[in-house]
Amino acid sequence: MRIMLAAALAAFVSPAAAQVLRGPGDFSGIADQTERSVALFEEMGKVLTHPRCLNCHPVNGGPTQGDDMQPHEPPVVRGVADFGAPGMNCATCHSAENVEFVGSPGSIPGHEPWALAPLSMGWVGLSLGEICAQIKDPERNGGKDLEALHEHNAEDGLVGWGWEPGEGRTPAPGSQELFGELTRAWIDTGSACPS
Amino acid sequence: MIKLGVNGKEVTLDLDPETPLLWALRDELRLTGTKFGCGVAQCGACTVMLDGMPRRSCVTPIGSIDGSEVTTIEGMEGPEIEAVQAAWAALDVPQCGWCQSGQVMSATALLQLVSNPTDEDIDNAMNGNVCRCATYVRIRQAIHDAAKTLEG
Amino acid sequence: MTHVSPQLSRRGFLAGTAGFTLALTLPLGGARAQSAAASGSAPFAPNAFVRIASDDTVTVMIKHLEMGQGPYTGLATLVAEELDADWSQMRAEGAPGNDALYANLLFGAQGTGGSTAMANSYMQMRKAGAAARAMLVEAAAAEWGVPAEEITVSAGKVAHPSGKSSGFGALAATAAGMAVPEDPPVKDPKDFVLIGTDRPKLDSVAKANGTAGFTMDVYREGMLTVVVARAPKFGAKLRSVDDAAALQVKGVEMVREISSGVAVYATGTFAALKGRDALVLEWDESGAETRSSAQMLQDLSDAAKAGGAMVEEAGDAGAIDGAAEVLEAEFRFPYLAHAPMEPLDAVIETKEGKAEMWFGSQFPSFDKPTAAGVLGMKPEDVQINVLLAGGSFGRRAQGSAHLAKEVAEVAKAAGRDGVFKLVWTREDDLQGGYYRPATVHRLRAGIDAEGRIVGWENAVANQSIMAGTPMEGMMQNGLDPTSYEGSNDLPYDVGARRITWARVDSPVPVLWWRSVGHTHTAYAVEVFLDEVLEKAGKDPVQGRLDLMLPEATRQRAVLEKVAEIANWSGRRAEGKGYGVALAKSFGTYVAQILEVEDRNGFPHVTQVWCAVDCGVAVNPNVIRAQMEGGIGYALGTALFNEITLGEGGGVEQHNFDGYRMLRISEMPKVEVAILQSGEDPTGVGEPGVPPLAPALANAWRALTGQTVHQLPFSTLTA
Repeated sequence: MRIMLAAALAAFVSPAAAQVLRGPGDFSGIADQTERSVALFEEMGKVLTHPRCLNCHPVNGGPTQGDDMQPHEPPVVRGVADFGAPGMNCATCHSAENVEFVGSPGSIPGHEPWALAPLSMGWVGLSLGEICAQIKDPERNGGKDLEALHEHNAEDGLVGWGWEPGEGRTPAPGSQELFGELTRAWIDTGSACPS
Repeated sequence: MIKLGVNGKEVTLDLDPETPLLWALRDELRLTGTKFGCGVAQCGACTVMLDGMPRRSCVTPIGSIDGSEVTTIEGMEGPEIEAVQAAWAALDVPQCGWCQSGQVMSATALLQLVSNPTDEDIDNAMNGNVCRCATYVRIRQAIHDAAKTLEG
Repeated sequence: MTHVSPQLSRRGFLAGTAGFTLALTLPLGGARAQSAAASGSAPFAPNAFVRIASDDTVTVMIKHLEMGQGPYTGLATLVAEELDADWSQMRAEGAPGNDALYANLLFGAQGTGGSTAMANSYMQMRKAGAAARAMLVEAAAAEWGVPAEEITVSAGKVAHPSGKSSGFGALAATAAGMAVPEDPPVKDPKDFVLIGTDRPKLDSVAKANGTAGFTMDVYREGMLTVVVARAPKFGAKLRSVDDAAALQVKGVEMVREISSGVAVYATGTFAALKGRDALVLEWDESGAETRSSAQMLQDLSDAAKAGGAMVEEAGDAGAIDGAAEVLEAEFRFPYLAHAPMEPLDAVIETKEGKAEMWFGSQFPSFDKPTAAGVLGMKPEDVQINVLLAGGSFGRRAQGSAHLAKEVAEVAKAAGRDGVFKLVWTREDDLQGGYYRPATVHRLRAGIDAEGRIVGWENAVANQSIMAGTPMEGMMQNGLDPTSYEGSNDLPYDVGARRITWARVDSPVPVLWWRSVGHTHTAYAVEVFLDEVLEKAGKDPVQGRLDLMLPEATRQRAVLEKVAEIANWSGRRAEGKGYGVALAKSFGTYVAQILEVEDRNGFPHVTQVWCAVDCGVAVNPNVIRAQMEGGIGYALGTALFNEITLGEGGGVEQHNFDGYRMLRISEMPKVEVAILQSGEDPTGVGEPGVPPLAPALANAWRALTGQTVHQLPFSTLTA
């Protein structure tokens, strides 16, 4: 149990293991379309389960932070709008851009908007299969069909922040463009989920 | 050149746009009620109102808020700040006092949004404001007292 | 409200309104009054405790640093009591650095520390108030042509039965001409009106509206802000500087080498920090501390095992070995940073061979000659204006005067007269040393067949705080009591005793930290004792009472009191653990009982009961505040705080994200009982701290069975 340990700045812990994100072409050798679809989603999973994404897709109250996913410091809560508590919401500290600290290592992340994923989209601790099922379910993904999901993965700015996370944080593997391509290929192959 | 409204007056700042609002307020405008405690948005001593909502000025480059309205503790007005400051004095909340501008700003923001906060509301809104003297028992009570005052 | 602007300098004082100033040092033979001319235009010398202005305000010059512990209010209370002033007319101002007038009577030099402010000032401030009152009465008698004995003073009004009456201000000019009484009588405590009652603190309003002036709030014409790049490891020396990029930063005016590192001078704080970031520095680490703190703790353990200087020895040394049961435990304590909310800072202005300084100087007696020495000036040519300090907890009480030295070096290295504000960032603060020493205690106790403790050994090992500083002279026989205080002179009968101290040096600078040696000794003693009592089948409270020495009446009283208010014998809620601890520090006795819950394997403290005996309770409101604050300060530390050196010796914590402060959601409810006492008052700034951590450990053990012999608690779960 480490939750009471203050989060060390990510710059000073070993960076999340550098991962290479493969493109859709790397999966063309899988003949079975469903198998290929599953493999594509598993590749997407490198992004989905990266600390940059998981930190703001918690299944409990508040976010985590850093490459080692420590509890957010200062302690914050989700709030009714996934945007913190009245009097201390996300925008009390996070602005529209990453801001490097002055005279201190690291930076505070930022993007407009900056908020937690809804509770229905929490996936910390879930298997890839569970995440996959959840991500496809309009009841839980904010009413997105697969096209909207692709657009979210490929275009959404806050998703894209995962590859531009500011000093002291390891970017998600690959690029948003590649993540979008993987999503496209996954959809085109039937959006199958890992079991 | 960056233009801001500060405590109701328009100011023009000829500073590096990366300059944190905190240091612009203190070093340029001599509004010293806003305090430096950590520089990394961990302690809340530098809290101001940015367009009416609480904001840590130490991680707010002035270049990112061109045209915004900033209110520091010196420029706060209204029933909430009055009730908060009266309760702070009545309970003798401050010890060293360094963090208290930020505490008062956060408490005021809370009461502007939640008229009768619970202990949990107070925890959630005030957890970003560190008091090294640990005046928290009195901060909590003072917020409850201020809420009662505002109820009338 | 009080006058607490950053300009509360000599200048503000010189411009004071008409009235009179009473300078009074003890013995009273040295007392003299200094008069303002009736016109009110003549200046006062700043060498007084009491200043009465024509508008009836009474300003008390406070010789102790106000850093949150309440001397502005506490010392003003003493003056107001004997002056029979009304509380609303009282003001407080920081007294400037002046040993002759403002010495701490327990130190023989001006300084604040050891929770002595109230203790040493108690009679001095009362006499100051009483003398002023007597002179006002004489003035009224002269003006009204009535006998002085018929005059009464109450709540700021001087009155005669004939119906004549006056406020203080109207009498001030005449009073200034009266002889200062040699030894003015002070009140019988039963006649106290203000002492012992709650009243508003003098600095609360200014601190709630942002107008209270601290060092960092001082801005003067032409001032440059200075930050210093210091060594990345303790004891490293600067090898080379490349300042080309730093000098390119807009606003950076110069870069200078000083003994603590490289100083960057700029027109504002942001430019200075940016300039510092742009420095390219090389350091020689050959003399640096390169051990990790894990290695250092092991070395301390080895040193404790090997023994050390004898601190206390009594009874049969073989008592433990012959006991029916022997318990042993080793306790490990980390380095701790004080982390006052206002980091260290100081302003200096040099002008034509003289210097004026503005800062929260806690030891002006060291700071002034140190700064003067650096600048090649006479101490009397250096003026120190003591400002409000945003916390200290010991950090500003520097025997080494390293802050005064650094800012003076900044001024000197500038090579010209000027105004310079030196600012430490939070990183500078947490990484800059002057920590509570890392410490190891190794304890042994023997219990006989009846469960009695027959022998007690405690071997302490840590760095000395006083060695190598001007305080070294206070060490006797090579012993530094601040390293082990509280491990000896126990209030309990624990049979034969052997207490030793092993001094282990390191280049890491150390300093007293709120309650000093008691920060670790109370923990080691009270946790180990609790475990011994458990082994012997005794209740933690009753077991302690049974062991209490006959002379330990005040310890007994606070322990009984806290057990009463906590309902120790009756309170046992489901899912909660309870623990108790007791410590005497700085002449004040504090016992605490703590209630804890287990939240995912980590303690959450819900309530603390506290009983304190600090002699006469001058201001119960301030005493309660200090107990509440001390409890929160100690709790956050026990749960979260350690400064660690990694492999190679670099400090691993940078800011409050890595050195975590207690937050409001973690603050327990606190109930404080102040014991009635006629004893002279003692301090309350520190004594609330020591019992908290051991009470927590004892409660946690009671709840979970887990012993905690290494702090902080977060290391248990890492």
